[in-house]
Amino acid sequence: MADFTLPANSRYNEVPGREFRAVAGASRVKTFKIYRFDPDSGEKPRVDRYEVDLDRCGPMVLDALIKIKSELDPTLTFRRSCREGICGSCAMNIDGKNTLACTKSIADVKGNVNIFPLPHMPVVKDLVPDLTNFYAQYAAVKPWLQTRTPAPPDRERLQSKEDQEKIDRPSACILCACCSTSCPSYWWNPERYLGPAALLAAYRWIIDSRDEATGERLDFLDDAYRLYRCHTIMNCVEACPKDLAPGKAIAEIKKLLVSRTL
Amino acid sequence: MNKRERPLSPHLQVYKLEYTMALSGGHRISGIALSVAFIALVICLAALAAGPDGYNVIAGWLGSVFGKVLFSAAVTGFWYHFTTGLRHLRWDAGVGFERAEARRSAWVAVVVIVVLSAASICAIFC
Repeated sequence: MADFTLPANSRYNEVPGREFRAVAGASRVKTFKIYRFDPDSGEKPRVDRYEVDLDRCGPMVLDALIKIKSELDPTLTFRRSCREGICGSCAMNIDGKNTLACTKSIADVKGNVNIFPLPHMPVVKDLVPDLTNFYAQYAAVKPWLQTRTPAPPDRERLQSKEDQEKIDRPSACILCACCSTSCPSYWWNPERYLGPAALLAAYRWIIDSRDEATGERLDFLDDAYRLYRCHTIMNCVEACPKDLAPGKAIAEIKKLLVSRTL
Repeated sequence: MNKRERPLSPHLQVYKLEYTMALSGGHRISGIALSVAFIALVICLAALAAGPDGYNVIAGWLGSVFGKVLFSAAVTGFWYHFTTGLRHLRWDAGVGFERAEARRSAWVAVVVIVVLSAASICAIFC
């Protein structure tokens, strides 16, 4: 049964947060309320407030996080790398929705900017969730080419332009985990339901014309939990920062499973 | 190192209640409510079949304000589950998954539910 509340060690509004004021003379102040958890302090998580002068800050939420870390509070911890929406490191819950901090404009948030780690995940520190389970699920769908026939001796395994286009979109997944951690089904069954990201990856290999393990891949997914915990809630489609519609891939897998029994 | 258990990041507490979650949750709740409502319907029918005394009891119940409200809620729940169910059937056919399409079908569903429920309730009570 799903537990809708947070365990005692995870409640984040019992310890008062700290406040960091903008410098005097700041012209356009925006308040960022950010989830903090320090594994070394023994304290429960809390929410700190940071005031940022937007006239001295870049346009994206990630710009504000970097500014806070370098000017206000060096202890603030988060993942980031490419700052252009292709590495997937800075996925977090901003203004109630999972997205990438680097492609989320501060101007799109009305009022305070609330920032939490990706939902329903173990927190390593501050905005850094433990993604071990998420990656294990990705590995479980064997995201690589599986073949039985010998490769052509003189060239690569070829594919028509049309067949390539089928995998273009699912291949564009950056594994940021925004979709899976937005899904209530994934929240309640994180160990047994694979989640939209892993299923999108599975679909990418199922429809690859060069892959020869389609049957085994479908056998693996034909399970009440691994695939069928998807109830088409559609939070994944709303959350995906790359517009990949993971829900569509899951529906196509379900269709393939049905059509194979007809 | 004595590793403390990691806290669970907040989920329902912070996630914005989007139309996706709201409609999906409503589909479940209306489904559960309808299974109760259909038991009530069977009790009503059994009472009617039992003769004039049973009929009078049920007619009195359904004629009261409380009965009317409950009945209207059941009718609305029926149309809700029916309409969102059709939306899910369309998805099961692999259609309508893009963000814009899903938002549009959500609006269509809400309008259809309101119109059908209002029409049915009017037809019964007006």
